[in-house]
Amino acid sequence: MAMDAVATTSTRKLDTAALRQSKIAGVILILLALVTALVFAQVDGGDAVFRLSRPTDPWVLPDLVVPAGPFNWIAVAILTFLGVRQWLSKTGKGTSLALGIGFAVLIAAFLVWATAGKAFSLTGMLQATVVRAVPIAMGGLAGVLSERVAVVNIGIEGILLSGAFTGALIGSLLGNWVGLIAAILVGGMFGFILAALVVTYRVDQIIAGVVINLFVLGLTSYVSSQVFSEYRFLNNAPVFRAISIPVLGDIPVIGPMFFQQNIFVYGALIMVAAATYYLFYTKHGLHARSVGEHPQAADTLGINVYRVRYIHVIMGGMVAGFGGAFLTLGLVGRFDDNMTNGRGFIGLAAMIFGRWHPVGALMAALIFGFADSLQQKMALLQTPIPSEFLAMAPYIATIVVVAGIVGRSRMPAADGKPYIKE
Amino acid sequence: MSEPAETPTEKLAHQLLQKAAPSRTVYEDLIIVPVFAIFVALVLGGLVMLATNVSIDTIGRSYIALLTGSVGSLGAISETLTAATPLVLAGLGVAMGFRAGFFNIGAEGQVLMGGMAAVIVGFSFGGLPIYIHLPMALLAGVLVGGLYAGIAGWLRAATGAHEVISTIMLNLISFRLVDYLLKVPFIQKAGRSDPISNAVLDSATLPRLLDWVDPNMRVHAGVFLMLFMVWFCYWLLFKTTIGFEFRASGENPDAARFAGMRSGLIVVLVMALAGALAGLAGANQVLGVLGRASPGFSAGIGFNAISVALLGRSHPVGVLIAGLLFGALEAGGRQMQVDAGVSLDLIGIVQSLIIAFIAAPLLVRAVFPWGFRGKAASRKE
Amino acid sequence: MDIELRGITKRFGEVVANSGVNLSIRAGEVLGLLGENGAGKSTMMNVLSGLYRPDEGEILIDGKPVQFNGPGDGIRAGIGMVHQHFMLVPVFTVAENVVLGVEPTGPLDSLDLKTARAQVREINETYGLEVDPDALIENLPVGIQQRVEIIKVLFRSADVLIFDEPTAVLTPQEVTDFFKIVRALREAGKALVFITHKLHEILEIADRINVLRAGQIVGECLPGEKTDLELAEMMVGRPVSLEVEKKPYEPGEVLLDVKDLTILREDDSLAVDDVSFSVRRHEVVGIAGVQGNGQSALVEALAGVHRIAGGTIAFEGKDITRASARARHQMGIAHIPEDRLKNGVVANFSIAENMVLNSYYDDRYSRGVMMDWNAVNERAAEYSAAFDVRTPSIFETVNHLSGGNQQKMVVAREMSRDTKLLIAAHPTRGLDVGSIEYIHSRLMDARDEGNAVLIVSSELDEVIALSDRILVMFKGKIVAQFGAGGRPADKNDIGLAMAGAAL
Repeated sequence: MAMDAVATTSTRKLDTAALRQSKIAGVILILLALVTALVFAQVDGGDAVFRLSRPTDPWVLPDLVVPAGPFNWIAVAILTFLGVRQWLSKTGKGTSLALGIGFAVLIAAFLVWATAGKAFSLTGMLQATVVRAVPIAMGGLAGVLSERVAVVNIGIEGILLSGAFTGALIGSLLGNWVGLIAAILVGGMFGFILAALVVTYRVDQIIAGVVINLFVLGLTSYVSSQVFSEYRFLNNAPVFRAISIPVLGDIPVIGPMFFQQNIFVYGALIMVAAATYYLFYTKHGLHARSVGEHPQAADTLGINVYRVRYIHVIMGGMVAGFGGAFLTLGLVGRFDDNMTNGRGFIGLAAMIFGRWHPVGALMAALIFGFADSLQQKMALLQTPIPSEFLAMAPYIATIVVVAGIVGRSRMPAADGKPYIKE
Repeated sequence: MSEPAETPTEKLAHQLLQKAAPSRTVYEDLIIVPVFAIFVALVLGGLVMLATNVSIDTIGRSYIALLTGSVGSLGAISETLTAATPLVLAGLGVAMGFRAGFFNIGAEGQVLMGGMAAVIVGFSFGGLPIYIHLPMALLAGVLVGGLYAGIAGWLRAATGAHEVISTIMLNLISFRLVDYLLKVPFIQKAGRSDPISNAVLDSATLPRLLDWVDPNMRVHAGVFLMLFMVWFCYWLLFKTTIGFEFRASGENPDAARFAGMRSGLIVVLVMALAGALAGLAGANQVLGVLGRASPGFSAGIGFNAISVALLGRSHPVGVLIAGLLFGALEAGGRQMQVDAGVSLDLIGIVQSLIIAFIAAPLLVRAVFPWGFRGKAASRKE
Repeated sequence: MDIELRGITKRFGEVVANSGVNLSIRAGEVLGLLGENGAGKSTMMNVLSGLYRPDEGEILIDGKPVQFNGPGDGIRAGIGMVHQHFMLVPVFTVAENVVLGVEPTGPLDSLDLKTARAQVREINETYGLEVDPDALIENLPVGIQQRVEIIKVLFRSADVLIFDEPTAVLTPQEVTDFFKIVRALREAGKALVFITHKLHEILEIADRINVLRAGQIVGECLPGEKTDLELAEMMVGRPVSLEVEKKPYEPGEVLLDVKDLTILREDDSLAVDDVSFSVRRHEVVGIAGVQGNGQSALVEALAGVHRIAGGTIAFEGKDITRASARARHQMGIAHIPEDRLKNGVVANFSIAENMVLNSYYDDRYSRGVMMDWNAVNERAAEYSAAFDVRTPSIFETVNHLSGGNQQKMVVAREMSRDTKLLIAAHPTRGLDVGSIEYIHSRLMDARDEGNAVLIVSSELDEVIALSDRILVMFKGKIVAQFGAGGRPADKNDIGLAMAGAAL
């Protein structure tokens, strides 16, 4: 019944949501075209040189040389075309696609503008993108696991932090492998605490998450100032080194991105694949999704709603613990106060952006990681834009994404609602 | 309708106007649960200290310092009030949001933005008398805080973007923005390379109240601002039509919409109000305590405000009490750090535990079954 | 399989839902369980399915006592429930819903949906059910969803099937189809329990009737033994009239005029498709139709809480298509929403606060922005007394009231001001007979006082009893009109129109 297409009744002029969105998208795209024309296209000649390979790589790709001015005027043309097309559209179709292409073009134009007359290692930035995406993707995956069983997990930020802390502490004492396992277990423990609070004690889910964030922040800061400052050897863990996978690691661009990384990147990719298989192709995944969509139905069929919620929130906690450990054991080896710095929250945004799907969350995390590493590398290119504003870019992008996508994506039906057995 | 003899219907109507006495559960929730929550949190805090190799003796001294540092002397009380003032103000903002059904995690950013605006007005406009300059600076904080939070409100109303995500992002944006602003030549203190603002002029400083007793007593006129706002929020929520709309939307947004309330307007209004209160908290900090802005001058006020609002059950008077408690914990915590060498971060742990137990009355009832009459679980509709 | 309930008592706190209930369910027989809303029917069946544990009494299966400890236990013992509110996951396919909890699996815990589909088809063929195993539940009409529920319990090899108000959401034709399925199941030797408050249905399908009132069995009989009036009296405990008293039909001028109205759902699909009609003073117009055919959207659009995609609405000759909900209130349009807890009341507010939920801004209750709580409380008490809202005090929160009293409160709120048009969506859903009678008489009063009344209900009997004119909605269109000099309001014809048949 929901299929009665509006497009067929072309005799009537209807005020549809798709048309409204299309108009808004048209305005946004034309604004982007203006920005591109007024800022990014104003380059005094010069080529932008993008390095795709290092000279030491087995296969060396030639540098990508882009004439900055012409390229960006083409970008302006594309953006204008897309904008006008969406504004005039009669069906309101293709809005998401147009916006996606529009933002991609904008970023390309920005990169070309910033690099004009200079050289820039694209592969290096993409490699950093994947690295920066790991904790966000794991935060997002943790969110997927718990929200698929209808538990909103605002506490992911805190669980990531607990993973980072445990990784540093136990890693320093007993080596990085033990540290990693301990971080996963501690993450699972906080998942358990969250589940106990919201499932058994029916604390409001958001409040419970906030409590976990505050508690972990307080505890780790306390121990770090009370203990780490005195016994520095407790906060000096060995870092996992990158392992290059033979053959695959030698592929230009893709190799450095995905196959010359440390175990955290591989682990994250495997977990996303495993979670996808689990949620959508197995019996227990079906149970989990039914609990998130219609807990009462699941209950009448003998599926233990509470147990399923506990298990998945704990699994989510373990995933977040793993993602948090990456910040210490995968990068720097030492813990700093509040070192997650909002990554857990961005992970939640990635989950929404990724429509509660593990692969979607990973893709969104890669986009956030890209923005993050872009900002880092842009600082080196000395663009006239202050680095603080570049640092804000991913957050602004998150707001735009959440504002733009919420109406169209569907969260698990029971998300955020406690289930009270009759 | 004003006939002397009452019809049966009128008599019944008269009976219906009788109020029942508050039930025991109300009293249990309001008094017993918080008392137990604070107690358990302090005990667990002690266990954390034990676990990090702090001796029993030191733990004892810490808790004594916590008490004397918060209420043990006039100076201690002054510190408690100084710490409580911004917490109550920002907490009121968060509580108003809760009342209307919005989870405003963005108080921290709103405190920062409001504080920055107040500082900028506070060091500009030299030569104005205090009764013009100070209100101007305060108002700048209120307006900018309100506008900044209003963005989240507008996004929610116009696009449905969930305010939890958008306010978190606005927080992160405000941190960067303040970092940037503090390096702008006109704001940055002349001759300094580190990010720090010009000092607020005397004509925009909130006057201290007890400096005639001891020049170190920091409590300032912001306390009156806080008390006024507690009254104002109470009046707004329970005595006005706008408050009625806020509360109805918070309890059941669908029913409010069906009753003809303008949900979009309410979202924007309540977020702007929440931001205005948080902005006032920021202005209060820079004009009354710090005298200038530096990176992270909000010092977690906005996050603690969430706890204060939760603890105060989103009731203005409750927020006042909760803010005073958190202010006391903070003032006492500093004393604890000095006297016993225990990190102030311990207070953060204790505070989060208090919230956990307050938010989980079932948990408190499970831990202290003898504190309550009957089992809560047996209540059923 | 035979089941025996002995002395079942179930309490919730101080409320006794069932007390000392004895019941026997036999293979190859349809047991009709009659009782009005709130009589304790559902509680008893939830005891039987293992969802609730009884406080006293025992359950015997084929003479042996059994103990149920959880919701899965009933179905494992062969007792299957078809709930009033379907227990189906809307975003899953039919096959996924059917196998949920007892899935056939392959290696690595993988779902074996191929086997599941085959099994669904097998059951389809055995009982003539015709359901596509790969269809998504949310795309299926309710009649088919109900079959999925039946397949679900048959898939779990249930020998006893309990239907809780199964016909509430069906068209008369779907009811006929449903009865065919019930008879086929009886032929196959299943034991069936049919719970309802609809007298004629129980007389048609049941082999034996038990009547439940206030948690107790008050009578047992065979269908031929009692008339529907006698059964109704047994069910309610006092003589009831099944007719609504109605003064003659003398319509006044047109008050509400809807032209070419089109409304879209959130996903841009059509909810209401080019609908035109009018409602006059002194007239009750009823909108019949199976749930989900656009009635909800229509009512919401008339009340001003749903965006209108095309067409116009005029009230007293003025165009109100773009008017806000509040503006419409002020013009005299009152709205009793279909889901009172979701849209009609704020459950945690007091009765007084709820009574002014949509008129607090009025001069009577506030001056400027200041609320005048004394005035609010006095009026609230006055209206509660006048509209028979039973409560100790107007300061009680609404969630402490029974459904009937909540609805009376909503009716009081909507009718206690200058109303010209009253829109009532499912005004008596889930209420006891006393409240239903009361609300019906109030609605008729409204008509006789010169108001226009628009009633939407999925209970065809209610629509026919109250309305002067009946419009039938199907797939967002008005497909037929009955009454008021036109085609007579024949139940069968209306039923056919509801199912989309051309008349």
